[in-house]
Amino acid sequence: MLIRKPAAIASSEITPEDVYHGRREFIAAGALGFTGLALPHSARAGLQDADEITPENIVTQYNNFYEFGTDKSDPATYAHEMTTDPWSVTVSGEANKTGTFAFEDIIKGLDVEERIYRFRCVEAWSMVVPWMGIPLSNILSQFEPTGNAKVVEFETLYRPSEMRGQQGFFSSIDWPYIEGLRMDEANHPLTLMVTGLYGKDLPNQNGAPWRLMVPWKYGFKSIKSIVSIRFTEREPINTWKQLQASEYGFYANVNPAVSHPRWSQASERRLPSSLFNANRRPTLPFNGYADEVAGLYAGMDLRKYY
Amino acid sequence: MARYLKPIIVSALLVPWCWLAYRVYLETLQVGSGLGADPVEGLIHYLGEWSLIVLLSAFSVTPLSRQLRWPVLIRSRRLIGVFAFVFVITHALVFAVFYAELQWRVFLREVIERPYITLGMASLIILALLTVTSTRGWQRRLGRRWKQLHRWVYLAVPLALLHLLWLRKDGYADVFIYSLWAAVMAAERIHHWRAGERQKQSRQTKASVSI
Repeated sequence: MLIRKPAAIASSEITPEDVYHGRREFIAAGALGFTGLALPHSARAGLQDADEITPENIVTQYNNFYEFGTDKSDPATYAHEMTTDPWSVTVSGEANKTGTFAFEDIIKGLDVEERIYRFRCVEAWSMVVPWMGIPLSNILSQFEPTGNAKVVEFETLYRPSEMRGQQGFFSSIDWPYIEGLRMDEANHPLTLMVTGLYGKDLPNQNGAPWRLMVPWKYGFKSIKSIVSIRFTEREPINTWKQLQASEYGFYANVNPAVSHPRWSQASERRLPSSLFNANRRPTLPFNGYADEVAGLYAGMDLRKYY
Repeated sequence: MARYLKPIIVSALLVPWCWLAYRVYLETLQVGSGLGADPVEGLIHYLGEWSLIVLLSAFSVTPLSRQLRWPVLIRSRRLIGVFAFVFVITHALVFAVFYAELQWRVFLREVIERPYITLGMASLIILALLTVTSTRGWQRRLGRRWKQLHRWVYLAVPLALLHLLWLRKDGYADVFIYSLWAAVMAAERIHHWRAGERQKQSRQTKASVSI
């Protein structure tokens, strides 16, 4: 894993960790400073005054990554068993440049940016995370998708010997994990391919060596440890939709107006929550990124396409 | 041995509380260190899991005492049952106090919108009734109906299991183990009941033959 960060500036220099834990003034300034150049409004727009960055130990110890077990602490405990170097990625489907590529070669020469995004899980908890990553469009354009490419489909590594959750007899998931985005969603400037967080390499439990981050969608859309990128004409049946189509759809846009059949999505608990402060707050349409992304879904019935 | 039965059971049932106290203590030292990154959820799940384990233990007392031919064991049934309810009510109170933050509307909305919480509440109400009527006084007052009332545990146990099963998204190993446990204890009861019916029948036939 030679190239994970931009060579010129060590990202740890950019943002000292103690500053992350600091005040919201810094968050606003940071979001502006690091992403403002490329994205005058969008990266900052999602953050509101009350958004404080979630501490690193929570971001790296409270994970849903069922490949390593269903408990929130399982990924932090077992993900070290996964080999992430070497890492190859298969690109296939409706594109001119397909084949198998080394992860380093794909991201070589691409600028890594820092983006502070809200992250909202379908289970009604949320975080604010300083991600490091590359806009997905910069990655996908290398493969020259053709006009037939309407959707891009991603697959997580399938390696039961290193991912104990995939061995499970009591799991009803049909591995590997699959997710997909419409091409216009994939090419949206907010959509990020994440290679790090908190100015460091991405920990295994967060989806090393790279994972998707689509901040206006529920967390399960942001597929981890990706080994396959496929350009297709039709949307795939993503893993959670396959498991329970009445509860999880293809779009999975954060929407307080559409409840999960088993719970309300109207509010969320922002981590960290302590025993005496559940830190509950209302959930915003498109997770607070409506100004940037609502246009993608103009005219669509979001109750039907949840 | 019978003399030490209750002290042993009480000590065993206090272990999960001591462990919890220790973890809450760690949590007060540093947020996230004792109860996980989401302490409220950690606390609720811990108490919920022990509620189920102790409830299943109480549910196992009668079959075990029969199979082990150790009737003294029955004397611990009420004790374990009451302990189970203490876990259950703490589980629900933690949800109301720390999760819903005593906001009545949040609490009600969660109970109604999350069907698994509705089931859990139903189970809790049954167990509350059984706990209140578990004293000798109520046993005397209710007479034959006491036994009928306490058969509601056959509903409370599956409700508790469904409560756990329904909240899961995937990963059912523990649900399977708990359900198997309950099924074995239920099977023993059915077996015992059928044996009793057969005996009754043969007694009746004998009686008619002797006439």
